[in-house]
Amino acid sequence: MMSGTAIVVTSGKGGVGKTTAAANIGAGLAMSGPTVALVDADIGLRNLDLVLGLENRIVYDLVDVVEGACDVQKALVRHKHIDNLSLLPAAQSRDKTAVTPDQMKALTMTLRESFDFVILDCPAGIEQGFKNAISGADKAIVVTTPEMSAVRDADRIIGMLESEQIRDPWLIVNRIRPDMVKRHDMMNVDDLLDFLKVELLGVVPDDESIIVSTNRGVPAVMEEKSRAGRAFRDIAARILGNDVPIAAMLEPDDWLARFAKWLGISRG
Amino acid sequence: MMEFLARLFGRVETETSRECARNRLRLVLVQDRATLSPHVMEQLKSELIEVISRYLDIDEGDMRVELDTSDASVALVASIPVKEIKRESAGAF
Repeated sequence: MMSGTAIVVTSGKGGVGKTTAAANIGAGLAMSGPTVALVDADIGLRNLDLVLGLENRIVYDLVDVVEGACDVQKALVRHKHIDNLSLLPAAQSRDKTAVTPDQMKALTMTLRESFDFVILDCPAGIEQGFKNAISGADKAIVVTTPEMSAVRDADRIIGMLESEQIRDPWLIVNRIRPDMVKRHDMMNVDDLLDFLKVELLGVVPDDESIIVSTNRGVPAVMEEKSRAGRAFRDIAARILGNDVPIAAMLEPDDWLARFAKWLGISRG
Repeated sequence: MMEFLARLFGRVETETSRECARNRLRLVLVQDRATLSPHVMEQLKSELIEVISRYLDIDEGDMRVELDTSDASVALVASIPVKEIKRESAGAF
């Protein structure tokens, strides 16, 4: 049997939307057919379960599996609506030292045998939690926002991934505000690519619907009308090898743009 | 008043916050990236020693090689004490 692909979602800086990205990429991939295991590698700060609305279904966690207290299949929590999406939750009452990179690598290998994709949600920072999360990954997705501190940390992370032999990471630019980009009050996607020199996987607009979806525990990809959800569906499609243009996400979505669209006037 | 008029007609080029971020980030990244892994640094040192020793007798123990990033640029700064200049390397023809 062919082994699945393990992708780590990382950023360096906290609060740029890593967990939301991991949840939506996982759900987006699963909605297109492949089987997906989402692994919350942020031990001690469990959060992926909340974004997926699975917090009440957790019995065992990643540390239980690694310590041999239970079988990995038993610890996996199946998503309520997406059958082929499962979550391996992080332990909440332990810390990052509870797991070693070798153990994570072995766990990732096991999961790759039964899933087409293993998506690892990496903790913020560059310490052991990061090293654990990337140890079994074939590929990395670096999430950043168009802010200086996030870009700086992304640059650092890209360097560290490279020295760990995880080359050519994909970049997701999250929380872009086309209106601010237009009036030159925010760096644009090309500026970021100039600095980071990596392949762009997708651009996600800053969108209130992300907060609403997290409140409800329904990933934005499942919301037909969510702009961020659409961006993540596109990202999933690109991971699956489809050629989906990025440009649409870079246009402002203010009332004027919507009115123009309604009139059939393109501002492209 | 002139400034107001100039601004009104878009003559004054004030730096946008995007440009500001780009310029600051450019400098910061030059600094951040100016590190060599200890392994590479050691290799660089030993190869430097190899080349320089062909011409000069140097004190390897007191040799210092580092990346200096005081400005927007990076410089490789090496301080290599010379014990003796080899006779065949000296200036006479």
